[in-house]
Amino acid sequence: MKIRLDQVVKTFDTFRAVHGVSLEVASGELVALLGPSGSGKTTILRMIAGLEFADGGAIYFGDQDATAIPVRERGVGFVFQHYALFPHMTVGENIAFGMKVSKVKRSKSEIAARVDELLKLVRLEGLGNRFPSQISGGQRQRVALARALAVDPKVLLLDEPFGALDAAVRRDLRVWLREIQEQLGITTLFVTHDQEEALDLADRVVILSEGKIVQEGTPEEVTRRPNSAFVTRFLGDTNRLQGQVGGGQVQLGGTAVAAPGIRDGKADVYVRPADLEWAVEGEGLSATVTRVIDRPDHRRVLAKLADGTQIELDVPPETRVLRGDIGVLRVHRANIFAA
Amino acid sequence: MSAAVTGKKPPRVGDSPAVRRTLITLVLLVGAVLVLAPLIVIFVQAFSLGLSAFAAAIGQPDTLHAIFLTVVTALIAVPINTAFGVAAAWAVTKFDFPGRRLLIVIIEIPFSISPIVAGVAYLFVYGLQGLFGPALQAADIKILFALPGIVLASLFVTAPFVARELIPLMQAQGRDLEEAATSLGASGWRTFWSVTLPNVRWALLYGVVLCNARVMGEFGAVSVVSGNIRGQTNTLPLHIELLYHDYQTAGAFAAASILTVLAVVTIIAKVALERRGAGRRSRVSLAAPNVIAEGEKP
Amino acid sequence: MKRRVLPGLPLALGITIFYVALIVALPLGALIFKAASLGLDDYWRIISSNRALASYRVTAGSAAVATVFNLVFGMALAWVLVRYNFPGKRLVDAIVDLPFALPTAVAGIALTTLFAANGWFGAPLAAIGIPVAYTPLGIMVAMAFTSLPFVVRTVQPVLEDLDPALEEAAQSLGGSDWTIFRKVILPLLTPALLAGVSLSFARSLGEFGAIIFIAGNQPMQTEITALLAFIRLEEYDYQAAAAIASVLLITAFVMLAVTNLLQARALRYTQRS
Repeated sequence: MKIRLDQVVKTFDTFRAVHGVSLEVASGELVALLGPSGSGKTTILRMIAGLEFADGGAIYFGDQDATAIPVRERGVGFVFQHYALFPHMTVGENIAFGMKVSKVKRSKSEIAARVDELLKLVRLEGLGNRFPSQISGGQRQRVALARALAVDPKVLLLDEPFGALDAAVRRDLRVWLREIQEQLGITTLFVTHDQEEALDLADRVVILSEGKIVQEGTPEEVTRRPNSAFVTRFLGDTNRLQGQVGGGQVQLGGTAVAAPGIRDGKADVYVRPADLEWAVEGEGLSATVTRVIDRPDHRRVLAKLADGTQIELDVPPETRVLRGDIGVLRVHRANIFAA
Repeated sequence: MSAAVTGKKPPRVGDSPAVRRTLITLVLLVGAVLVLAPLIVIFVQAFSLGLSAFAAAIGQPDTLHAIFLTVVTALIAVPINTAFGVAAAWAVTKFDFPGRRLLIVIIEIPFSISPIVAGVAYLFVYGLQGLFGPALQAADIKILFALPGIVLASLFVTAPFVARELIPLMQAQGRDLEEAATSLGASGWRTFWSVTLPNVRWALLYGVVLCNARVMGEFGAVSVVSGNIRGQTNTLPLHIELLYHDYQTAGAFAAASILTVLAVVTIIAKVALERRGAGRRSRVSLAAPNVIAEGEKP
Repeated sequence: MKRRVLPGLPLALGITIFYVALIVALPLGALIFKAASLGLDDYWRIISSNRALASYRVTAGSAAVATVFNLVFGMALAWVLVRYNFPGKRLVDAIVDLPFALPTAVAGIALTTLFAANGWFGAPLAAIGIPVAYTPLGIMVAMAFTSLPFVVRTVQPVLEDLDPALEEAAQSLGGSDWTIFRKVILPLLTPALLAGVSLSFARSLGEFGAIIFIAGNQPMQTEITALLAFIRLEEYDYQAAAAIASVLLITAFVMLAVTNLLQARALRYTQRS
C-alpha cells in the first residue's frame, strides 16, 4: 500500500505541530521519521494512523483519500511507544484481540492458529499464556508488534519502537524488525529520535524539524549530502569551523576543500571527527592536543586550534598522540554552508 | 559496638527505642479512646438488655421498615451514581475539551458541602416554598417527605464517590490502551467493556462500596427532606435518632449496631480492594502503564 | 466540529453535564436564589444576628481546636503507621477509616454515651471537673472523631514515598534526629499536612449528625451553624434557613478553593521527590 501525505497541517491549541508536510511512501518501503522531540514526527505518524485528525491537507492510502477514515476502519497496525499492551489479558489474548473484535468473523480455532503463527513469527512460542507484566521489555515490544500484525494491516506504524529498551536488546530487535518487514513486504513507517536507528533500519529517512521536513532521502543521501547545518549536526558529531569561500573552494589552514555551488564569502564548514587526519607536521590547521579518549575502535582526540576553537577528531587506535602534543589537522571531507 | 550492629540496618530518624515506644503507646491510647471505644460501646449498649431484647428491637416493624427503606434507597441511588461516575470519568479522562478541569472541580463539590445545606437546597427546589413545589403539588407528585426526596438527597451527597476513584486512575492510565483497541478495530462499547473496565474494576468497586456506605448512613441531608415519618419515611439513621430521643437507648443502639456492622464490612472490603490496587495507594504505582498487580492470575 | 479519535464523548459528557446540573447545580442554585431574594438588609440582619454569630463562633472555634488536635494526632499516627512495625499495625491502619465509614448518627450516639456524665470517659472526666457532653468540648470531640482520617490519609502516602536518601544525607552531615525531623522531613510533609488540615477543618464546619447528639444544642453556647439552619427550617422560617445555609455554602466554596490550592501544591511536591 502506497501512502501519500499532501500538505498536512496539525495545530494543537495555539501551537502548530505540523506545517504543511507532503510525503510519499512507496508500497513495501521502510521509512523512518527522524527528528528531535517536538519536531512533529509522532503527530505525523498518529495522523497517518487516524489517532489524530489533520486540520488541513489530505492523507491517501493508495488512491483512496483516508484523511477522514476513523482509526478503526483505516486498517493500520500501530505499535505504541510504551506498547499499550492490555495488562489484564495474556499475551495470546492481546494478539487475538483485533481478530475477536473484527467484523470478519473467525472461528476460535482459526484465531488460535493465527495467534500461534504470530507467536512463532515474533519468536515468543510458549509465552502465549503469560501476562504482559511477566515478560521482559523486549518481549513486550514483540507482542505489541504481533498484535498489530494480527489484523493484516495495510500499513505498519511504529512510534519510537525501541525507545524504552536497553542498547543490546535494541540492536537485536532492529535487525529482527528489518527481517520481518522484508519477509512480509508491508509498508512501514517508524518514528525515532535516534539517527543511528533510522540509518540502520530504514530504506529512506525523513528528517523533520519544527513541524517541517528538512530533508528526505536514502541513508546514503542524507549522510553524505546533508542539505543544511541542522541535518549535518543532527546526524552525528561534527566540528564547526569558520571559513572563507572563494572560487568554489574554501581554504582551511593551507588546504583547499571543494565548496561547489556555495557563493563567495563567509561559510560554516562542518567536519566530522573521522574526516580529520592528525599529522605531526606539514600542511594543515595547527592544533594542540588537550585530551585523548580511548574507545574500542578508535581514539578520540580533543584538540584546540590556534584561535581557541575546540576540535574533536578520531584517529586509528595505534596512533601515538599525547596530551600537549602539537601537530596539524588535515580536512578530508566537509559539508559547507554559506554563513 | 561494631560487632553488635553487624548486619543490622543503621537507625533511621525516630528509630530510637524511647521515641518509638512513646509514639506507639500514645497513638494506640488515643486511638483506643477516640475510635475503638465508640465501636465497642455500640455493641455493649445494643446488647445491654440481653440478646432477646436486641432481637425484639431489631424486629420492631418500624425498625424493619427503616432498614427496608435504607436498602431501597441504596439500591436506587448507588447504581445511578455508579453510572454517572463512569460516564463522568470517561468524559474527563479520555478527552480534552474546554472546561474539563472546571467540570472535575464541580463534580467534587458535594463532597465539601454540609449535608444540611444539601437538604435545605433540595427543599428550595421541590418543597412548597421552592421552585417546582407548587407545580408538583398541583400535579399531585410527592417528592419531598417521600422516597424520591430521600433518593435525591442521597444522590447529591454521594455523587462524587465513584467518579473520584475512577478519575485519578483513568487519568494515570492514559489513553494508549483505548487507542490501541480502537486501532485494532474495536468499537467504543467493546473498548470500554473489554479494555477500560477490566483495568479499573477494583477502583470502581471501591467507589461503589464507599458510595453505598455513605448512602446507607447519610443523616443530615436526608433528615431535612424525609419528614421523619415513623414507619414511612424514616431511614435507619433517622430511626436511630428517633429511638434515641425516645429514651429507647438499647433499641437505638441495636439499630446502630446494624449500621456499624455495615461500616466494618465496608472497611474490610476497602482493605481487600486496596490490596488489589484500588484506592489511595494505587494512585502512584498504577501511573506506569503496563504494571498490574503480580499474581493476579497465575 | 472537531473529530475525535475515541468514541463516546457526546454521550458521556451529555450525561455528566445533565446530571451535575440536575443533582448539584439546580438545588444549590435554588438555595442561592432563595437567599438572594431576601434583599441585602434582611440578609445581613439574619446572618449577623447574635444567635447566628454565636453559632459561627462555636462552629469555627470547635473546628479549629479539633483540627489542631487532628494535625498533631494525625501526624503522629501517620508516622507510627509508616515508620514502625508493631503487632496489630494493619488493624490500626484499617480502623483509621472507621470515622468515614461509620454513619454520623451512630458516631453521635456512641460518643455521647461515652462522654456523658455517666459514661466510660465522661464519668471520670466529670469527677475532675471537665464535663464533656453537652459542652463545647463535646462538639470538639465529635468533630475530631469525624475528621480524624484526613490528616493521616494525606500525610501517609507522602511519608511512604519520602526518599530515605534525604534522611541519610542529613545524617551524614551530622544532624540530630530532632533537627532532621524539623528541617528536612517536616518541610517535605508540610503541603500534605496543610491539605489534610484544610479538609479536616472544612469537614468539621459542615458536620451535623455526630454533633447534634453530644452538643446539648443550647443557643448562644453549643449551637452549631448547621443546626441553626435546621432549626429555622423547623420553625418554617425558610428565608432565615436559606440565609444561614448560604453562609455555610459560601464557607464551603472558600474551603474548597483553599483545599484545591493546597492539594495542587502537595501534589507538585510529591511528584518532585
